[in-house]
Formats: sequence, C-alpha cells, structure tokens
Amino acid sequence: MRITCPLCGDRDSREFSIRGHETYLDRPAPDAGEAAWDNYLHLRDNPAGETAELWYHGAGCAAWLRVRRNTLTHEVLKVDLVRDLTGGDHAD
Amino acid sequence: MRIEGKGLIDRAHPVRFRFDGVSYGGFEGDTVASALLANGVRLMGRSFKYHRPRGVLTAGSEEPNALMEIGTGAARTPNVRATMQEIYEGLEARSQNRVGPLHRDLLSINDLFPGVLGAGFYYKTFMWPRAFWEKLYEPVIRRAAGLGALSGQPDPGRYEKAFAHCDLLVIGAGPTGLMAALTAARAGADVILADENARLGGRLLSETEEIGGKPSALWVADMLDLLRDTGNVRIMTRTTITGAYDGGTYGALERVGQHRPETPDLPLECFWRIHAGQAVLAAGALERPLAFPMNDRPGIMLAGAVRTYLNRYGVAPGRNITLFACNDDAHRTALDLIEAGIRVTAVIDSRADATAQGDYRLLAGAQVIHSKGRRALREITVRHKGRQDTILTDCLAMSGGWNPSVHLTCHMNARPIWNDRIKGFVPAPGAVPGLTAAGACAGIYATHACLTAGVDAAKTALKALGKSAPGVAVPAASDQTGAVQALWYVDGKGRAWLDFANDVTTKDIRLAARENFRSVEHMKRYTTQGMAPDQGKNSNMAALALLADATGRGIAETGTTTYRPPYVPVSISAMAAGAGGKGFAPERFTTSHAATVARGAPMIEAGLWYRPGYFPARGETTWRQSCDREVAMVRDAVGICDVSTLGKIDIQGPDAAAFLDFVYTNMFSTLKPGRVRYGLMLREDGHVMDDGTTARLSDTHFVMTTTTAAAGQVMTHLDFVHQALRPDLDVRFISVTEHWAQFAIAGPRSRDLLNSLLDSPIDGESWPFMACGPVSVHGVAGRLFRISFSGEHAYEIAVPARYGDALFRDLVARAETLGGGPYGMEALNVLRIEKGFITHAEIHGRVTAFDIGMERMISPGKDCIGKTASMRAGLTGPEREQLVGLKPVGAVKQLTSGAHLFEPDADPVRVNDLGYVTSVCFSPTFGTYLGLGFLKNGRARHGDTVKHVDHLRGLETLCEICDPVFFDPEGARVRG
Repeated sequence: MRITCPLCGDRDSREFSIRGHETYLDRPAPDAGEAAWDNYLHLRDNPAGETAELWYHGAGCAAWLRVRRNTLTHEVLKVDLVRDLTGGDHAD
Repeated sequence: MRIEGKGLIDRAHPVRFRFDGVSYGGFEGDTVASALLANGVRLMGRSFKYHRPRGVLTAGSEEPNALMEIGTGAARTPNVRATMQEIYEGLEARSQNRVGPLHRDLLSINDLFPGVLGAGFYYKTFMWPRAFWEKLYEPVIRRAAGLGALSGQPDPGRYEKAFAHCDLLVIGAGPTGLMAALTAARAGADVILADENARLGGRLLSETEEIGGKPSALWVADMLDLLRDTGNVRIMTRTTITGAYDGGTYGALERVGQHRPETPDLPLECFWRIHAGQAVLAAGALERPLAFPMNDRPGIMLAGAVRTYLNRYGVAPGRNITLFACNDDAHRTALDLIEAGIRVTAVIDSRADATAQGDYRLLAGAQVIHSKGRRALREITVRHKGRQDTILTDCLAMSGGWNPSVHLTCHMNARPIWNDRIKGFVPAPGAVPGLTAAGACAGIYATHACLTAGVDAAKTALKALGKSAPGVAVPAASDQTGAVQALWYVDGKGRAWLDFANDVTTKDIRLAARENFRSVEHMKRYTTQGMAPDQGKNSNMAALALLADATGRGIAETGTTTYRPPYVPVSISAMAAGAGGKGFAPERFTTSHAATVARGAPMIEAGLWYRPGYFPARGETTWRQSCDREVAMVRDAVGICDVSTLGKIDIQGPDAAAFLDFVYTNMFSTLKPGRVRYGLMLREDGHVMDDGTTARLSDTHFVMTTTTAAAGQVMTHLDFVHQALRPDLDVRFISVTEHWAQFAIAGPRSRDLLNSLLDSPIDGESWPFMACGPVSVHGVAGRLFRISFSGEHAYEIAVPARYGDALFRDLVARAETLGGGPYGMEALNVLRIEKGFITHAEIHGRVTAFDIGMERMISPGKDCIGKTASMRAGLTGPEREQLVGLKPVGAVKQLTSGAHLFEPDADPVRVNDLGYVTSVCFSPTFGTYLGLGFLKNGRARHGDTVKHVDHLRGLETLCEICDPVFFDPEGARVRG
C-alpha cells in the first residue's frame, strides 16, 4: 500500500504506522460521562468499505494523517494532515 | 541431439557442467534442460509421491518435473527449474527426490501401489492409533516426502533487495511487451521492461515466423536497439514479476548471479519492489498438457516446448517425434521439425476435421490412449477410427491449447472470466487498477494482433499518465490464430496425470468429486492438485474441466481457485535480504562504548542499544562479585554510568509548560526554571505509559527524559497530542537523544568529583537536590542535573555527543582516584530496587498510577491525558494488585522475578494467586534478596507474610510484605 503524505508525497506504507479510526480526534470532555469515554477509547466498527484512519509518518515528517481508504479494495481515497483538520498551524 | 545451424546459443563458447556427477557439454545460452536434451539425457527427476521417472515437460518457469539442486554444500539451492537455470562453466546440478541413483530410485516401489496412495490417503490411513502418529507415521512420511532438501546450514549466498520507480512497467518482452515499451518510451515515459528470460523476445525466440519481413529473432534484436536508443527504457532480463500489490506496487525477483560462476561482488538474487504509475501485462500464455493414460514418461513434452528446444536451442528432443494435439497451432511443431530434418512419425489430432498443413502423416479424430517405455518413452498406442495402433516414438509433443497467463490480474481479488472461443480464462477488465492486460495473456494469440495490442495498451497507459501517444507503425506479421477443440483428458486404461509435480491423476479428481469435495478449493486441498511449485500452471485447467464434468457443471460455473503471489517460487533469502543479523537488529552504541568494551565489560542489549552489564575488576570471577562491589562503590564513594540511552526530548515554546501539564499527570507550569521534576505519563486509557524527569531550562524551554524503552512511543504520543488534541498550544519539540552524551555521577563523593572537573565549582546551596542548569566542562558548554536513580547524592552531566567519549574516560579516571569507578546495568538495577524506583518491569502496561502508589500525582486542578479513564471503576481500590517490597523471612532466602504470591498456607494454584514479583536482586547493602512486586491490596498489608512460589524452579520463599522503598526512605542521602 502507498500513502501520499501531503508534506512528503507518495510514500511506501512501511514509513507509516497506524493508530486506528479517526474517532481518536474527538476526545470527549472530562465530564462527558462513561459512555462517551467508553466509545472514544474502546468501541470501534470494522467497516467493509470506506473508513477514515489515523496514520503517523514516523519514518518521514512526523505528521499525523487522516487517511480515507477502502478496506475492501485498499484504495486510498484522500489524505489530510491532522493539524489541518484540528486547526493547528504550520509554522515549522 | 544438437541440430547444426539452428538456435540462438553461442557455439563459439562451449561450457562444461555436471549433472549427478557426470560431466556434459553445452553452449553459452543453454539451460540445464536444453543442454541435457542435447546430450540425449531425458530422465531428469523423480515424481513426488510415486517416484516415477520424469523428464522435462516445458521450456519455461512453469516446469513441474525437471526440478534440481544447484550448487553444493551450504550454498545449494533445491527445486531450481532446469528449464530456467542457464549453464555456466563448473555448474553442479543434481536430481532430487530419489533414494539411490536416479535411474533406480528405491522409493519407486510406491508406484506399484497407486490405489493405496490415492487422494486423501494420509487423511484416511494415519488416523489411529493416536500414539503412532508422532512416533511412527510422521517421521516416516516426513523422510519420504518433500521436494528437494535444504543443506541445513545458514545460506552463505548473498541476496539483495531494491526499489525501483517508473511511469510504466511492461511485464513480459514478447511481441506485445516490446511494442508497448517502444510506444511508451517514444512518448517520453520512464519505462521498465521486465522479462523472466535471459533475453528479450518471449515466444518469438521459439518460433520461425517473420515480422516486418525479417525472421522474428532478428526483429527482436532490432527492437532492442530501438528501445536502447530512446534512452528511457530500463531493460530487466532474468526478472520475474512475482506479484501485483496495492497502489501500483509490483514484486519482482531478479536472478543476478545464479546463472554464472561464483562472482564475489554479485548477489545471487535481488528482490525488487517496483512502483509503477501504470503497468502493461504482456505475460503471454502457457501451453497445457493433455491428460491421457501414462502421459508422464520422459520424452513426452509440450509441443511449444519442442519448438523452443528446436528453434531457440538447436536441440531435437527425439529422433522420431510424434505430435498429439487438439488445435491448429501445434501443427507448426511438425512443420518446424520437418524443416529441420527431423522425422515426424505422425500428427495425431483429436479433431475429426483437422487438415494437414504440410507433408506429414495426419491421424484426424484420433487420440493417444497409452504409452510405454521404462525410463523414457518408447511407444504410444493410438485410437483411430475404432482401431488401436502402436507407434514407435521417442518423443511425443502434446498440446491441449494455451492458457492466458492471467495470474497477476488476480492478485488483488479479481476472478478471471471464461472465454469459450479460446477455451480458456481471460483477465477481468480493471482487475488490477492501473494495469492493462494485452496480447496472449488477454487471449489474443495472432502475432500481428499482439503487436497492435501492445501499442494500444501503451496508449491506454500513456493517457492515464497524461502523456500523448506517438504514432508507432505496427509491422507486418502473421495473423493466424487457429482453431482449438476443448480436449482436457482422454479416458483409457492406466493413470492419466494432471499435476505432474504432485502426482495427481484424473482418477484423484473424480474421487474427490465422488467424496463430495465439489468446490474447486476443496478439491485442490484434498488432492493437492495445484499445490506444487508450479502452482497448477500445467494442471489447473484440466482439473477444473474434469471436476466440472464430474459434478455436472460448466467450467465457468465451477470457477478457478485463487491465484496468489508469488508467480514463481521466491526464496525466503531473497525476500529477507538485508533483514538478517544486524539488518534485523541494528546496533546503537553510546559514546562510551569503546572505553567500556576496552574495560572488558560484557554488553547487554537494551532495545537496540548496547549497555555494560558490569565492569569486571582484577580477581573477580562472577558477575555478582563485580555487581556487589559496584553497588558498594556507589553507596560509599562515587560511580559513573552512561545514561545517554534514555530518551531526551527538547521542548520549546510559549505554551511548552501548558503542553507538559496536559501530557503529564502532575504540574510542570509551576516548576521554576533551573529545577527538575519527576513526571508520570498515562495512556488515555488510564494506565501508566512512562515516567522520567523533565528539567525547566527557562520559562519556554524544557528537556524531557523518557525511559530507554519508551523513547519512540513517547515521541509519537507527543506528536499525536499536539497535532490532534492540542493544536492550540504554541509549542515545538524534537528528539535530541543522540545529540547529548549524559553520565550519572552517583555517590557521596560525587560533588567532590564534579568540582575537580567543572570550570566553576558548585555547592549544596546553589545546587540543591533537583536543581539543573548550564555548566562549563573544560570549556565545553554542558548541562548539569542534580537527580538520582540510586538514592545517593548524585548528578547527571550532559555534553554534546562528540565530547562523550572524552568525558566518560575523564569521569572514570577521576572517580577511581576517589575510590570509585564505572558501574553497569546490574549495579544500577540493584541500586534502584533498594530505593524502590520503578522501571518498565513494573510499569509494564497493565498498571495504573494507583497500583504504583502514585495516584496523588494526578493533579486535581487540571485535565491530562488518561485522567478521566484512570478514575474509572476497577482501576483503583483494594481489589487492585499494588506495588510492594518483599524481603525473605524464612529458611529459603532466594527470590526470583516472575514468581507468584500466595497466602502462606494456601495451595499455590491459580485461584489463590494474589500477585507476582517483577524485580529482584541480591542487595549487598542489606545482605539479603529484595523484591518488588504487585500484591492484591498490598499497601494495607505491610508487615504480613506472603508465600513467593516459582513453579518453574520449584522455589517457595516466605516473604515479609513491606514498603517498596528499602533504602533511606527519608531521602536524607539524596539531599546530602
């Protein structure tokens, strides 16, 4: 599999490591309650088809990426920098 | 028999090689198979199960019979296809799968009992008695089974892996591939043209047809010049594309040195990962055998292979050659043989309406129904117009038609589609994104149509690449396709082989169907058809057709088994190239490594790092002597230890303190510049991730240390927290682990040592416990931290890594004048256990802050990673196993880590388990073993007795439960 890192370009998947579903971006408030935290930490779907995951370009630019891909065809549909989604800056 | 004037071999360069110890001659350009055939050798191996004599069937990588061991000793490679192995001076080839000499294999006795060894034999026979399996059946079966044998020694051969990138990958350099490559190259595309043969041309090297008015081999040579002229085609011969993977990635195996004598600078093979924008599959087609009774004798081979041996290698595989076919194409074999002056006994065509294309005896509507000849073919029996005739012949060329090589198109889950016109499966459109199948592998067999298809496929690829296609003229060539009849098997008396390598017959397939293994996947696993090194390339179609007939279905409905990579066998050594030894586990050395090794310290691995276990002194014979001395040295004088392997992360920015408040459980915004604080880091699920000290160098500048083990994990975590959760914080950080050499100076004389070294002396008032700041060491700007992992008055001094070696030697020399010296990991471990300090032996991923007694470090005034989850029910409370110290109190004095804890009178079984021991040491300070462990409700039980049981070593030790801090619990020494 290959992932196009928005900073580094088209790279081999071995440069990346996966964390899991993009749910990890939506950290609940401390007082959101057990159900919200349980969902955030533990409950994951296993979709056959399109999904959005968080990947880390550890052997590259150290950027966290959101990768939209299809688990059936392995097609990578879209790659975003996590900090673009969360409003982080780029003053590197 | 060599034919004068024919073939593409280099007759000016004779080559001698050995097969089964006998020396033979051949020419450069020969394969082992062609050279042996030229020498009249037809018996090349024994079959897998029945040990039947076998000769070469094909002339390509799909060869099921002529599998040989190449090389000698540890370097020998089994199961090399003699049809692909080029000969070189001194080559040693050996037949395999035999007991005794090849012509008198002792295990050929199996062949006398075919009824016994049918499909499912092992499943049905070796079921009982149970005890017999391990002691009798399995060893015997294992000795007799298996194709070839490894040397049992490490492979001394060199292998490489490499990566390549291109706009267009063209797979196969036959007529289709050559035209595709030229078209794309002329459009300016960066092209890789890969072919598994030693030379380009594909089938054109095996045929006598003309292209553009030239003999096809000459046309190929001209194409090679044209391709080279473009300057942007990379030609990779001897390179088999083995798999199609996601994102336009292809695996490829290149034979780099296997075809030549030992060359020190060359690897045997190179495994490539080729990333291609687009690909054209021009893999051609494979001819299929016919399953008639006793069709496996040496001398029976594919018609196309006979043409290859004749036209490419100048070899006639027999003197009286007969042809058995169901299609027009095979008749070319007879014409080529006659042209070369070889006697063609007869052409037997199963089609009643077949017509002769030349001057040979044609038996139309006839079938071969038997063969004879003990070690090689001598005669065949033909059924023709209700009569049975015997024909004396030493070579039978057979053809059941051709199968498009659709393999790569199926590697990403697509299934091929049945095409009734060619009686074969063709690739499904869009089967692999970015790959266009063209030519014979797409079911197009006429040469002119293939040339055109190559141009068209290149145009499709160029369009996808955004490049405009040039006009490329397609030369004149044959447009003959020929008709084919579906003939898969011939019934008659005797076994008809489908899968030659695995000895699967038509009877086995019918048996599978009868026993209700009707699914093609079940049939395959039950009979082992298609599971040999050729992966069913020669047998799948006929087996399918037979299963379809036996179950009353059509071939399309029956379907194919799954095609998986690799297309040809790939040695594990090639795929693992560079990943053995240090390639598997690279070594990280500290700056003190050379000085440490020079002192004779045994090194131990800590992740990829190497750290000293201990520094043996004169007269010491055991590690314990050294360790005990080093511990006492630190407690009484001063010791030096390299701690550079701990992760160091430089954190800067206006919001650096706020960031640390969020990743650590405790507060760092309240830490004053010039001070260090211990920090505890949780995972978001409330369990401990890591711990370490962080120093505040200024308002906006911190240096975090992590444990050696978790340095990478923590860095990844910090990147995630900042980018995903707290992008609002203005902070930057980077790993500086390898930029600084850092040494612990521990013991009551540590300040004395420092003051002999530093450009400006320090005192207790300006450098209290947990102070930090810049220092000057012989004029070098360094950093000093007054921190302790030993419980002693101690410091860590850091200098830029380039000064590490010099500083370590200097520190050790100065320590020795003060009665101290260097200490290693063993002493470091004892010192920290005596003090109750935790490592990843304790924070192993399943413990909470509560478990290690640090729940009060979770600051109530702020949120942090893991805080909410750490308060979850079940993660705190008396039911948790909590960190305790253990001291032996009974007659047995030994403790072991990994032991479990029980009530003194309880049965030491799982249901009574109260906890476990994580770290133990013999403490020279206390003269006893000490342990750290986790015990249910342990903190409330200090003073009680518990039983430590090591089931593996049969050890039971009564222990007192105590506070984990054994040494100086008030911390007076560390502040001294």
